[in-house]
Amino acid sequence: MNTLLQQIVNGISLGSVYSLIAIGYTMVYGIIKLINFAHCDIYMVGAFAGYYAATVLGFGFIGCLLFSMIVCAVLGMTIERIAYKPLRNSPKVTLLITTVAMELVLQNLVKADFIAGPNTRTFPQVLPLVSYKIGAITISNLQLIALAVTIILCIVLQFIVNKTQTGRAMRATSYDRDAAALMGININKVISLTFALGSALAATAGVLVGMLYPRLEPAMGVMPGLKSFVAAVLGGIGVIPGAMFGGIVMGLIETLSKVYINSGLSDAIAFSILIIILLVKPTGIFGKSDNVKV
Amino acid sequence: MQTKINDNAKNININLVKTIYTQYALTLIVLAIAYGLLMLLVYQGIIDNYILRLMKEIGIFVIAALGLNLILGFTGQFTMGHAAFMSIGAYGSAIMTKNFNMPFPIALIVGVVLAAILSAIIGYPILRLKGDYLAICTLGFGEIVKVVIQNVDYLGGARGISAIPTKTSFAIVFFGAALCFAILKNLINSSKGRAIMSVREDEIAAEAMGINTTKYKMISFIIGSSMAGLAGGLYAHFNTFIDPASFNFAKSTELITYVVLGGMGSLSGTVLGTAILIYLPEGLRGLGTVMKDYRMLIYAIMLVLMMIFRPQGILGKREISIVSIKRFIKGIRNFSFKNILKRKKVGE
Repeated sequence: MNTLLQQIVNGISLGSVYSLIAIGYTMVYGIIKLINFAHCDIYMVGAFAGYYAATVLGFGFIGCLLFSMIVCAVLGMTIERIAYKPLRNSPKVTLLITTVAMELVLQNLVKADFIAGPNTRTFPQVLPLVSYKIGAITISNLQLIALAVTIILCIVLQFIVNKTQTGRAMRATSYDRDAAALMGININKVISLTFALGSALAATAGVLVGMLYPRLEPAMGVMPGLKSFVAAVLGGIGVIPGAMFGGIVMGLIETLSKVYINSGLSDAIAFSILIIILLVKPTGIFGKSDNVKV
Repeated sequence: MQTKINDNAKNININLVKTIYTQYALTLIVLAIAYGLLMLLVYQGIIDNYILRLMKEIGIFVIAALGLNLILGFTGQFTMGHAAFMSIGAYGSAIMTKNFNMPFPIALIVGVVLAAILSAIIGYPILRLKGDYLAICTLGFGEIVKVVIQNVDYLGGARGISAIPTKTSFAIVFFGAALCFAILKNLINSSKGRAIMSVREDEIAAEAMGINTTKYKMISFIIGSSMAGLAGGLYAHFNTFIDPASFNFAKSTELITYVVLGGMGSLSGTVLGTAILIYLPEGLRGLGTVMKDYRMLIYAIMLVLMMIFRPQGILGKREISIVSIKRFIKGIRNFSFKNILKRKKVGE
């Protein structure tokens, strides 16, 4: 029972990180129907930006977080402008390959020795580690901070999307891009903003993971990226609360199956659940199905 | 009267069969000459072992990419787990030659059959999904195959299988790729091929015309996946070492890149795309020492640029053939600015 509770706590703190990345996937998909594979590398760049902010610039925790959010928001917008915008009306597969190519560009750019080099780096301790014991469960302050940051950012995001003028423009664009453009919404601005928001969230996830598991390398984004992508699909891709829920579920599945079933097979279990859910309800748990018009 | 028509039909049939056979014979002769020329270059020492190895690798991935092009380019089904079928073919055939001492061709066939069976089992439920959801499902399937192989001790787990006998010769790769090309070319130009392509153009309209879309999707998925299985078997006996991580998600996207760059729906484009993209990172090695360290970066940037400036791929849906080459040469000969201006005036 105690291990179960402990694993649930660990799973939720891991899942909160997945949620942050998954929101970026889901926002971009919702607005331009594109699976942005470069997103997981923006998360990686976010972790490295936090690392440089802490070691070179000597920032504290909040400073690291803000610095890497700004760096990644600018990076995400730049990538969208340079690589995706010219291809907005070309076949979907082409756009997808461009995102994969962009992923390669980012990974190799970080791997180049004038930026970080191929070696693994250790994230510096920006906050002292404190462990709290509640009954038989141990929670570290880092886990609590990760969860708190995630919850705060999710609330802020929900506020932006649902209550502000910009959020309304985003929702309109994702509903029907052409009609939104006719209503006087600046589509390019909205898409840029979406990329900036998603990338900033991924950067936060990068810094949080850097604190929880302090190992940075250029290829660190691939597996978490894939899993949070699954999380986004699980919750219904294009739906922001779905991505949050899916992230937590993925974190729980991963930690629980590692303890109770087989540590090697946990990825396979996560993906099997994904396939089963897609077969039963192809649009994910919270997704709305759109009818195909002839 | 009736018999006359029958006779005529028979004659036409015989003539048709004759022309087809002469075409086949011509193709075989051309292939044999091409192979002979290549071998001559090898014996003369103009093509060294390094280039030969590269050519083998290109041939192997051409086979896999051709299979993928059938699914992705001709049927329009978005799969991102193609490397999984390569790994199944590779493991199946490697186990056959290593643990059961089977001859190489039988091992290859076992790999192909295994990939075909698995693709039928997995394809039947998931091919009902459309677009991105199918992509996600196949992606998940690819990861599952990888993780399962990693956890099966008999297959070597994460360590993989090493010391597989080297059996893949250039001749097998060359004629294997040619065979796959011919199979796909004939399939695409048959009535079944038209049905497959109608699924790509508009699935609902195809269904309304009485085409069993599920059946044709399955056919193309199974054929494409078994080609990946063949490529996997050849790869295992070419590289002599396989592990689950060498057939991961990155490999699947690499294969998609070959197909998209060459042009989806163009068989010769796939061959061209694969050759360019496998040669490019190797060719960049030849640059100066400064550039050598950044060759993967340059490769990635070039990929992005190629996608931006030529989104439909190098060849689009066209094919390289004798007719198109003739037309191209004619076009160059008649090339003049007057023509371009004239065309612009007409409004083309």
